[in-house]
Amino acid sequence: MYSFKMERAESLTSALERFGDSDDAVYLAGGHTLIPAMKQRLRAPEDVIDLSGIPGLRDILVTQDGIEIGAMATHAAVAGSAHVKTHIPVLADLAGGIGDRQVRNRGTIGGSIANNDPAADYPAAVLGLDARIVTDRRTIASGDFFKAMFETALEPDEIIRAIQFPKIERAAYLKFPNPASRYAMVGVLIACISDEVRIAITGAAPSVFRAADFEVALSESFSESSISELTLPSDTMNDDIHASADYRAHLCKVLIGRGVQMLSDH
Amino acid sequence: MSGSLVGQRILRKEDHRYITGKGRYTDDIQQVGMTYGCFVRSPYARADIKGFDVSQALEMEDVISVLTGLDVAADGLGGLPCGWMIHSKDGSEMRQPVHPVMAAERVNYLGEPVALVVAETKEAAKNAAELVLVDYEELTPVVDVASAAQGEQLYAEVPNNTCYEWGLGDEAATDEGFASAAHVTHIELTNNRLIPNAIEPRAALAEYNSGTDEIVLHTTSQNPHLVRLILTAFVQIAPEHKLRVIAPDVGGGFGSKIFIYSEETALAWASKKLGLSIKWTAERSESFLTDAHGRDHVTKAALAMDSEGQFLAFKVSTTANMGAYLSTFASSVPTYLYGTLLAGQYRTPAIYVEVNSVFTNTAPVDAYRGAGRPEATYLVERIVEKAAGEIGLNPAELRRRNFIGKDQFPYQTPVALEYDIGDYEASLDKALEMASYETFEQRRVEALARGKLRGIGLSCYIEACGLAPSQVAGALGAGVGLWESGEVRVNPTGSVTVLTGSHSHGQGHETTFAQLVADRLGLAIEDVEVVHGDTGKLDFGLGTYGSRSLAVGGSALSVAADKVVEKGRKIAALLLNTEVDNIAFDAPVYKMMDSNETKTFQEIAFAAYVNHDWPSDNLEPGLAEKAFYDPLNFTYPAGTHICEVEIDPDTGVTEIVQFVAVDDFGTIINPMIVEGQVHGGLAQGIGQALLEQAVYDESGQLVTGSYMDYCMPRADNFPDFKVGMTCTPCTHNPVGAKGCGEAGAIGSPPAVMNAVINALGGVEIDMPATPEKVWRAVLSSQAQKIA
Repeated sequence: MYSFKMERAESLTSALERFGDSDDAVYLAGGHTLIPAMKQRLRAPEDVIDLSGIPGLRDILVTQDGIEIGAMATHAAVAGSAHVKTHIPVLADLAGGIGDRQVRNRGTIGGSIANNDPAADYPAAVLGLDARIVTDRRTIASGDFFKAMFETALEPDEIIRAIQFPKIERAAYLKFPNPASRYAMVGVLIACISDEVRIAITGAAPSVFRAADFEVALSESFSESSISELTLPSDTMNDDIHASADYRAHLCKVLIGRGVQMLSDH
Repeated sequence: MSGSLVGQRILRKEDHRYITGKGRYTDDIQQVGMTYGCFVRSPYARADIKGFDVSQALEMEDVISVLTGLDVAADGLGGLPCGWMIHSKDGSEMRQPVHPVMAAERVNYLGEPVALVVAETKEAAKNAAELVLVDYEELTPVVDVASAAQGEQLYAEVPNNTCYEWGLGDEAATDEGFASAAHVTHIELTNNRLIPNAIEPRAALAEYNSGTDEIVLHTTSQNPHLVRLILTAFVQIAPEHKLRVIAPDVGGGFGSKIFIYSEETALAWASKKLGLSIKWTAERSESFLTDAHGRDHVTKAALAMDSEGQFLAFKVSTTANMGAYLSTFASSVPTYLYGTLLAGQYRTPAIYVEVNSVFTNTAPVDAYRGAGRPEATYLVERIVEKAAGEIGLNPAELRRRNFIGKDQFPYQTPVALEYDIGDYEASLDKALEMASYETFEQRRVEALARGKLRGIGLSCYIEACGLAPSQVAGALGAGVGLWESGEVRVNPTGSVTVLTGSHSHGQGHETTFAQLVADRLGLAIEDVEVVHGDTGKLDFGLGTYGSRSLAVGGSALSVAADKVVEKGRKIAALLLNTEVDNIAFDAPVYKMMDSNETKTFQEIAFAAYVNHDWPSDNLEPGLAEKAFYDPLNFTYPAGTHICEVEIDPDTGVTEIVQFVAVDDFGTIINPMIVEGQVHGGLAQGIGQALLEQAVYDESGQLVTGSYMDYCMPRADNFPDFKVGMTCTPCTHNPVGAKGCGEAGAIGSPPAVMNAVINALGGVEIDMPATPEKVWRAVLSSQAQKIA
C-alpha cells in the first residue's frame, strides 16, 4: 500500500467538497474491494474520503411502497433487519450469504453496487427487484445503473445515499459460488412482481443482466416446463479456469429452474 | 512403556501460547536498528537479464543498499544445492543447473529473485524495489510438463530439459508377467500440481554481530541444522560455528519449509556484507510464487493379472516436473519416495518403473506432505480399483486377494523396500464395517431417487516413513544420513529438559515428546520441557519431514531416557551402598531388590548434582544423556480409506457424504494429536482431489496466484471424518511408532477419486474433480448409456 491521506467526511456536502478539492480522491464505503486493491498497490489514490461518519446513511426505513436502505448499511445490518426480513425476505437472504462474517460486518450495500463487481451479489438484487438508486443529486432506475464491468451510471464524484426496494415476498436468490473465492460464479435472482417475472443474473457475464426470454416465458406460465427449450447464449459469458462460458450458461439455466421450483413450492 | 501417560489424550501444552497470542514467530521478533528487505522478482517465466539500474532506488529516502544477482556472483556465493544424487538408468549423474541465490544473467521462473533492497522501513524497501530497473529480454518459456523434454533447451548442460531418466525394478520379469497375463488394465493420469500454503508465510531475520563475527538467522524452517549446514558448507556464507540458525514458532510447513531458499540465504549473506540486522517476511503473493510446489506428475501404467485377479506385474512410466531448478530434496521425491512405494499393500511379484524428471520455467517442485508417496498411492489405488471394475470383482475382494498376508512379514517388495510388519486385512475389515460398505447399494438407490449420483471408493495405502536408515539413504544417493539426535537433561530438582533435533511447526511435539519422556521416567508431563529449533542450543539434528519425528526423534529420546535410567541406577547403587545389579527402576522409584530401601527419581537427580563423593573410575556427576538414533529400517504406516460421495448431475458438484479412515500407525502416544494429524492430512488430500490446482498459463504466468483462484479447502468442504485405528507396533524402533503426519494426504485422494468415478459409472477424470469437469463427465456418461 502506498501512503495516502484519509479523511472522514461529516456530511454529504463536505464529502463532495473534499472530493472536488482533490486531484485523485476515492470514497471509502466498506472498503472490501478498495482496501485489498490498495494493499496490492493496484490502486493508489492520494485522498481517501471515508463516508462512515455521515449521519443517516445507515438507516433502513419502511416507506409507503417499500424499504429504503441507506447506502452505508452493512450486509449484516441488511441481513438482520426485521423490516427487510418481513417485506423483502430474499434480500435478507442474499445479504446474509455475502462473503463471510467479517466481510458482512464491514461491507456496505452502496459500496457494493457502486463498485459493480461482476461477481457481486447485490447487483442481482438491485436489478432483479427493480430498485431505485438515490444519489446526492438524482434517482437512477435499476435498469440504467449498471453499465459494464466495474462501471455504473454514477458521476465520478456522485455519492449513493440510499437504495429503494419495492416490497416483494415472492422471490429467490440462488448462488453457485466460485469454489475458490466464494464469489458468485453464477447468481440468479428471480422475482415475481405481481404478474411480471424478473430475472437478474450476476457472476456469469461481465456485468449483471436480465434473462429476457426466460422472463417472458415465465411471466406467461410460471413453470419449469415453460423454459425447458430455452437456453442462454454462452458467447457473452465469462470464461476462466473455474468455469467455461458453456458451463456458466448451463448453470444459469439450472439455477433459474431451481428458483422456479422453489417459488412454485412456496 | 512403564508409566501411564502413553496413550492418553493430553491437551497440547503449546496451545496455551498459540491461542492466547503469545506465540513468537519470526516476524514477531524486533531488533533495535532492524532494517527491512524487499526482493525484486522476475515478472517473466524466462528472460535474459541485460542489465540492472539501481540508481533511482538508491536515491530514495531511507534506502540503505540494493544488492543484485551480480553482487551474489561477485562474492562467489555457491548455488543452492540439491541434497540427493539420482543416477539415470545409464549410470550417469542427474543434471543439476546452477540455482543462484539471486539471478544475474537469466531468470527461469516467475517470481525468481534478482535483487534485494535493504531500507530503514518496510515501506521504503518496497517503494525502492519498484524503482530497481532490470532490463529483460523475454524468452519463450517451457511450461507444460508432458512436453517439456521436446521444448526449447533451457540450460546448456541439460539436454532435453531432462534431469534424469531413472528406473527401478526388474523390467524383464515385469514384461514376462505381462506376457502371461489373462487381463491387463491400463491407466493414464496426472497428479495435479499443488501450492503448500502454510498459514505463516516464510520469513527471516538475519543479524550480523561484528563484535563476534556471528550471524544469527531466525527463519521459518523445519530443519534449522540443515539450513546452517548448507549455508555454511555449500553456499559458504560463514563458517558453521559462526552461523546460528533459530526456527522459533513456525506456523506450518507441510514440507515447504524443509528447503533452503534464495531469500533466507540472501538475507544472511546481506546481513554480514552490510553489517546489519535485516528482516524479510513473505507476502502471501510471494508464497504462491516461490514456495516450492508439490506433485505435478503425468503417468501411464499397466497392471497385469491372471484369471483369478492375482497381480502378476505392474509397469509404470512417469514424467515428473522439477520446476526451474532442483530444490533441496526435489530429485528424491519422484524416485525413491515414489517408485519404491509402487508395491502398495500387494504381493505383485514384478514391478518396473521409469521416471523422467524434467525442468520447466515454473517454481521449483519439491516434497509436499507425503512427497512421492501420495503420487504412488494415487496411481496404485486408482489402477487397482479400475482393474476390479474391468474383471467384475468387488474392489475390496480384489485387494484382499493380493494383500501381503499378516504372516508374510518381513516382506521384501520388488521395489527395494522390506516391510517390517502390517495387517492390511484388519484395517480393511474395520474400515468396511465403519463405512457400512455392505449396505452401500441401498444408499445409492435412495440417492438416485433424490436425483443424486452416489459413489463409493476405496484406497488401501502404504507409506514409508521414519526417514531414514542412514545406510539405505546413502546407498540411494542421499547427501546426509537421516538419523536424529535427542538429549534428556535432568535438572537437579528432578524436572527434565528434553532437547530434540526434530522441529515442531504445529505437530505438537512439545506435548508428545514430553509425554513420552515423562512416561518413561514416571514424571508429570508438566515437569518435562521440550526444546527444539535452535542450532545454538542443540546437537546437530535433521529436522521434521517424512513423518519421522516420533519414529526417529522420539526413538532418540527413548534411548536417551533409557541411558538416564541406567545412570540413575548407578547413582542409586552408590547412595544405597549396593551393587548396580541390585537396583531396579520402577518409575519413578529406584528400589533395592533385596531390601525395602528406595530412592525417588528426584532424590537421584538431586544427588547427581550435589553429591560430593564420586568414585572417579566409573561414575561421573550429572544426569544428562544424549542419543543419536539411526533407524534400522523405514516404518510402514498403512490403512484403508473409504470415501462416499454424492454428485449433483445438473451442476457437477461433488459432496463428500462420508469419509472413513482406518490407519495403523503402530504405537500411539497421544491419540488426540494423531487424530488431528489425520484430519489435517485428509483436508489436504481431499483438497487435492476436489479443489486445489496450481495453474500456469502458456507464458508461465501463475493464474492461481491468490486465494481468489487457488481453491483452498474450507471446513464446509468436509463431513465429520470417521477415524479408526488398528495397531501393529513397529518392530525395529523402541517406541513402536510408525508416523502419522502424512497418511491422511496419502490415502485420501484415490479414495475420493475412486468414489467420484464410481458415481460417474466409470468415466475417468483427473484431479481436481471440479464441478465443470464432473458435469462434463456426467454428460459423457449419459451419452455412453444412450449409445
